[in-house]
Amino acid sequence: MEKTEDKNQQQEEEQVVNPWEVSAKDGGKIDYDKLIDKFGCQRLDQSFVDRVQRLTSRPPHVFLRRGVFFAHRDFNDILDAYERGDKFYLYTGRGPSSEALHLGHLIPFMFTKYLQDAFKVPLVIQLTDDEKCMWKNLSVEESQRLARENAKDIIACGFDISKTFIFSDFDYVGGAFYKNMVKVAKCVTYNKVVGIFGFTGEDHIGKVSFPPVQAVPSFPSSFPHLFSGKDDLRCLIPCAIDQDPYFRMTRDVAPRIGYHKPALIESLFFPALQGENGKMSASDPNSAIYVTDSAKDIKYKVNKHAFTGGQDSIEKHRQYGANLEVDIPIKYLNFFLEDDVELEHIKKEYGAGRMLTGEVKKRLAEVLTELVERHRRARAAVTEEMVDAFMAVRPLPNMFD
Amino acid sequence: MGYSKDQLLARLKELQIEFSQYEHPVVLTVEAQAKYVGNLGGALSKNLFLKDKKHRYYVVSALADTKVDLKVLSQRLGLGKGGLRMAPEEALGEILQVPLGCVTPFAVVNESARHVSLLLDQGFKNQECCFFHPLANDMSISLNAHGLDKILKSIGRNPSYIDLEANPPVGKDQPPDLAAYVPSDSPVLPDLPEKAPSSQDSTGDSVGAATKTAAFTAKAVKPSGNAKNVKEKSADSARPSIPAADAGKFVEELLDRASALLLSEISEDSIKQHGGQLGAEVANNVKKYLREDLKNLATIFKNTAYTEGFYAGTRCQPKRL
Repeated sequence: MEKTEDKNQQQEEEQVVNPWEVSAKDGGKIDYDKLIDKFGCQRLDQSFVDRVQRLTSRPPHVFLRRGVFFAHRDFNDILDAYERGDKFYLYTGRGPSSEALHLGHLIPFMFTKYLQDAFKVPLVIQLTDDEKCMWKNLSVEESQRLARENAKDIIACGFDISKTFIFSDFDYVGGAFYKNMVKVAKCVTYNKVVGIFGFTGEDHIGKVSFPPVQAVPSFPSSFPHLFSGKDDLRCLIPCAIDQDPYFRMTRDVAPRIGYHKPALIESLFFPALQGENGKMSASDPNSAIYVTDSAKDIKYKVNKHAFTGGQDSIEKHRQYGANLEVDIPIKYLNFFLEDDVELEHIKKEYGAGRMLTGEVKKRLAEVLTELVERHRRARAAVTEEMVDAFMAVRPLPNMFD
Repeated sequence: MGYSKDQLLARLKELQIEFSQYEHPVVLTVEAQAKYVGNLGGALSKNLFLKDKKHRYYVVSALADTKVDLKVLSQRLGLGKGGLRMAPEEALGEILQVPLGCVTPFAVVNESARHVSLLLDQGFKNQECCFFHPLANDMSISLNAHGLDKILKSIGRNPSYIDLEANPPVGKDQPPDLAAYVPSDSPVLPDLPEKAPSSQDSTGDSVGAATKTAAFTAKAVKPSGNAKNVKEKSADSARPSIPAADAGKFVEELLDRASALLLSEISEDSIKQHGGQLGAEVANNVKKYLREDLKNLATIFKNTAYTEGFYAGTRCQPKRL
């Protein structure tokens, strides 16, 4: 009796990280070391970053330098193969649950664009409109519409149309893709999927049979119009770490059906404006910076809603310095300020109390505004025809150039 | 050369759009039209061809019973209280290429009407079918909103339906809700292709439109949370959706950025600091700061050109043997 009680208590206290829920222990911070341990993936250390720089002959992306993408599975295999001249393809995606995208949503796409440019490899992007239809109880039409709207923001991140295929599940599932889905489904018992995703007897069968849909883009044979004859092609999946369960399942199944296991490169969660403990939520527009925010909105949100580690008074601040551990502007600058030297300087001065919170916030607002402006201009250039072209089932003859 | 009635009907059939056609003597008003097709079950439409003070044109197509208040519409478009007038007769022929009394949403298939903004009454969606003139007054065709959407989409227009009778307040904190429908380009100049990220769009009055592609979205342009979204999202419904990839404009944009950076790099201080080495220093900085920016612009240009080619390719006629 006692043992089960203890176990229950421990489960309550543990952090929860899965594709549909992310919450820290006791409302604190996410413990990433524990997560890596629990999931069984590897840390991405500096040697990887250096190796990427060497192989691509260009400075590594700011997200790599700052440890935003911090964990991986088999990334070294991908790099080994690349060095031998064997290319790979990228696979990432989005669940289109809302029209409004915030900066946190853009992060995997910004990184994926860098990977596409640096390694000169093709990319498939999956829009899981069916998933959102099922989980968020949207109508089929609405989820399809959101998928297209989100596609525009994704395209605005700068993907090369001659190397990128965007697809929505409702449009694309079928044919070779579906054949792979069935192959995968046959290898995963009901009990296993309940264990991985926590389904219950009350969940509808749509949910239970969804995981293969997100698994099979990892296999090149799912895209005969792109990779026909290249069954050996490896796949690298940049994603946030909460997607790991899908791909653990996929990696488990892959060798059993004769495919390479997909490699993963995983990122931290993007903190809400209110702090690590806060939740970014679509219903609270002040919890995040949206790509549609104006310079004025950004300035307002950063000034009024960003949780800072500064002290209560100027005197105390000059004396003790800022608490960089919890300071959101510093964390955001860590993600988005390109210049390493400037960031170090700000951290040093702010941590010592010589720089004030107001200055840091001002710099952050500038950086974010520039980012959002650039995105908006790129978004304005995306037309319905361009979306159609990105989503057309067409060959990409120059995808490795 | 304007599209003819027969060309339009052929196109509708090609796209397998269901419609019925009724010939009748030439009619110039809704009342006259009603005499011939008023009892056939479909709803009649009234169509207005309007112009604003900056020579931008609009076709407002509504159910005959919908009240359209030009003053309210003008405010909702952000044109002030008296900004909208009926367009002069000559414009009808020049821009819409239809005769008097024949304003119709189909007129936007014409190249000359590329920049005309189309506002459709959301009331159309609740009707089984509605009557419009097919580019000629001696015929009326009836089709449903779905069919209308199909033909509009086939010419690159994105149909969106609005509540024409709504009268939302417009003020400092409530931006005009239809501002997105104001065409961003000045008068129709057929040889003025716009490059994708047009530098005119950068601030303030950039044209945005919440594009809703699903024909059956129940609500019309609803300000989703932040009314500004409508203004600032991608430019689509008002302007034709196939902007040309203009090499000239692209190069101008690149040169503008490069020269702006150069000017900022060369100052009295920097001359003092670097002397003869200033050239090398500036060259390095220009590369460093502009590299990513210019690559992004080039990618947008490439994607736009590819899209143009793709669009043309999907509509390519098979070779005649």
